Amino acid sequence: MTTTEATARQTGRIGESAQRPDGTLKVTGEYAYASDLWHDDMVWGVTLRSPHPSARIRRIDVAEALTVPGVTAVLTADDVPGENAYGLEHADSPVLAADVVRYVGEPVALVAADHPETARRAAARIRVDYEVLPALTDPRRALDDDAPRVHPGGNLVRHQRLRRGDPDPTAPVVVSLDFCVGMQDQAFLGPESGLAVPAEDGGVDLYVATQWLHIDQRQVCLALGMPPEKVRLTLAGVGGAFGGREDLSVHVHACLLALRTGRPVKMSYGREESFYGHVHRHPATMTYEFGAERDGTLVYARAHVLLDGGAYASSTAAVVGNAGLLGLGPYRIPSVAVDAYGVFTNNPPCGAMRGFGCVQAAFAHEALMDELADAVGVDPVEIRRRNGLREGERTITGQAVDSPAPVAELLQRVADLPLPPPADTADIRSLPGAVGNTTHGEGVRRGVGYAVTMKNVGFSEGFDDYSTARVRLQVTGGEAVASVHTAAAEVGQGLVTVQQQIARTELGVERVVVVPADTTVGSAGSTSASRQTYVTGGAVQAACGAVRTAVLQRAAVALGLSPAALRLDGDKVVGSSGEVLADLAEVLGGDAVEETVEWRHRPTHAVDPETGQGDAHVQFAFSAHRAVVDVDVELGLVKVVALDTAQDVGKAINPDAVVGQIHGGSAQGMGLALMEEVVVTDGHVRNPSFTDYLLPTVLDVPPMRVEVLEYADPHAPYGVRGVGEPPTISSGPAVAAAVRAATGRPLRRVPIRPEHITGT
Amino acid sequence: MRVTTTVNGTERTADDVWPGESLLFLLRERLGLPGAKNACEQGECGSCTVYLDGEPVCACLVAAGQATGREVTTVEGLAEGGRLHPVQEAFVEAGAVQCGFCTPGLVVMASDLLERVPEPSDPEIREALAGNLCRCTGYEKILDAVRLAAARQAAR
Repeated sequence: MTTTEATARQTGRIGESAQRPDGTLKVTGEYAYASDLWHDDMVWGVTLRSPHPSARIRRIDVAEALTVPGVTAVLTADDVPGENAYGLEHADSPVLAADVVRYVGEPVALVAADHPETARRAAARIRVDYEVLPALTDPRRALDDDAPRVHPGGNLVRHQRLRRGDPDPTAPVVVSLDFCVGMQDQAFLGPESGLAVPAEDGGVDLYVATQWLHIDQRQVCLALGMPPEKVRLTLAGVGGAFGGREDLSVHVHACLLALRTGRPVKMSYGREESFYGHVHRHPATMTYEFGAERDGTLVYARAHVLLDGGAYASSTAAVVGNAGLLGLGPYRIPSVAVDAYGVFTNNPPCGAMRGFGCVQAAFAHEALMDELADAVGVDPVEIRRRNGLREGERTITGQAVDSPAPVAELLQRVADLPLPPPADTADIRSLPGAVGNTTHGEGVRRGVGYAVTMKNVGFSEGFDDYSTARVRLQVTGGEAVASVHTAAAEVGQGLVTVQQQIARTELGVERVVVVPADTTVGSAGSTSASRQTYVTGGAVQAACGAVRTAVLQRAAVALGLSPAALRLDGDKVVGSSGEVLADLAEVLGGDAVEETVEWRHRPTHAVDPETGQGDAHVQFAFSAHRAVVDVDVELGLVKVVALDTAQDVGKAINPDAVVGQIHGGSAQGMGLALMEEVVVTDGHVRNPSFTDYLLPTVLDVPPMRVEVLEYADPHAPYGVRGVGEPPTISSGPAVAAAVRAATGRPLRRVPIRPEHITGT
Repeated sequence: MRVTTTVNGTERTADDVWPGESLLFLLRERLGLPGAKNACEQGECGSCTVYLDGEPVCACLVAAGQATGREVTTVEGLAEGGRLHPVQEAFVEAGAVQCGFCTPGLVVMASDLLERVPEPSDPEIREALAGNLCRCTGYEKILDAVRLAAARQAAR
């Protein structure tokens, strides 16, 4: 055995900005996204969707569609072999509508053909005889006695009550407001797509872009009436997700067509269909009231939050939970009364999107916090610092915050960043309207706004939230290579890099292969709720630890030493002072050491349904934003000049990727504040395209400074804190506050439109 | 109909092309080149940007038949001799890639910018990339990548 010093240290361990393992494939166009998949002899599947928000289906005639040359199958609800129902929390969504349709865009029939255009033309020849019914499209009417019932059980999805402290509080200073938030789209660029391949055992292999393979598998199995061993899912390349891939899209449809035709079936939505093919962020109607002492210290808060869940439940109940339990922001409030409702309507279904219920509430509580600051005569930073939660204090659900809660510090950090210089009126590209040449600065006013948020990380309210990791260490090509296998969905956030970094750190090896995610390993839970680095990261760390223990045991026997005196570093087994005792490859020999670990974070608990009190969350994450805007108050045009963030991430496993998440999240929040809205009238989406649904471009998004704090959460692996969602929550309210500051207008609705600014 | 076009330096022919097909469909579904991406298919997002006779175009807005007898260069054709194009290299290094669906279009567009304007200012970079949507990055690291590629090019 060799005894040289281990000098060559691996790069790409935790805390370093390792490069993505899929980066080269992505820049060369070789990375296989779901819509890139192709199979010999495959056919294309398309979906026929409802044109009505509410209608009874009297009859469906597919005869004419079947006569179109090239068509291989036409399917309706009668062709669903298992349960014709799926859903994340309640199985209430039909795979294909059977007797009624409840929203515009609901799937009614499927066609498979040898060319997508043939399939689309055949679908247009399916005759559906609808009896149009009255539609419920105003969520404020949903709970009225005379409102049409969207589902037989009524229109209430969930009502979450929160009651704490004095039931009838009074305060010397009282401020209140109403606020509305429009419907936002996730607008991931890679459309919903998948390839279903019928298998010889009568089952099916599905390659699909998703956020959680195992919950998809469970739903697909129910719909197909097949056991899990016959329905195997593999993650195809995911072109962004942001919550919009938590619910099923093409999954069951592609499998049904594949099983019927006996041929591989590809389905890939166009952008218009994508607007109908996934849930959106819930529009919200909110009323808030704060009572405070004359110095601005909060005494009580009241809130009424109404979320439009649309036609099916999706994750509305959990979003209501967040909007209620976290709906008053990161503040210390002795007395609280909150009622959050999610209701059914005949509007497009709404569900998960980055920020999950906290985004809507933050617009209201942050606008009201600025009102309070005005009322008591302190500045927006000071009012938030004064009321900000601190470690050891209790949230509005009575839960003690048992890790750092640097609300005041985050605000001070963004406030202390240098402000951008005044608008350069000599270069119109820097002004609102830019090369539209709308102004030379005459009507341009600058405004600055602040906001802060607190978001739960991981699944809450007693959910059994876990992840599974299988780690294998063996010699390949003379070198020790670790392979990490999980079912966790890489959607762009960089979990593949994090998995490699953890394995390198824990096993002291250079080469780490991340095995493609599929259902041959246990569930990793969802890529949502900012949870994967924490939970799958925890599972990979634990599985690596188990492998390391086994390997060191072998080495200890061979070396005649105690395993406690050994560690792995630089592809070697080293002693306590770093001296090399053995090559890891020699210790392994021809054997593979493999361990699979199911890892859970600390349990959370359901809240009391009457009071909302309880320890609902495992972790909180905090961020603060400062936005600087220039507004042309005559034309209503806004130019965001700067959008700076301070965020506590616990431990930055990959600092560059953390900053990238914060940049992207901030831009999405800004989009909701200023331009992004799925416009729905009478149940119809009016702008299902990127021509009419406006996304921030590189001309809209300003330079963004990011201050990353790393106050470890002692309960989390490596001290990590979820990163992805907080910036999406606090950026929008900061932008809205800055526009209010620039214009002097109340602006109680987002996205803020030009006419709201000009008052015309 | 039959379409014959030169793609990444090689003459390619596809038969039975439906006249309504886009160049994007031809590349992705008939010629096995899915690098150009199908994000909006109406010329708003830039994800399908390719060179057509040296000019960057949205392949979704070009009919397949219009490529007959012309030269198409896709993102798959940017790397030379197994070595990444400097823009591709910079995108990886700068962390400009997250989900990566916008990346092929941005890489083609940025390579075109640096050919025309070797040392672009920030407003010039923003103007050049204004037709390319990215939903993940907030564009900051994309700007870093283009600056990095420009600086390296200037240093050569």
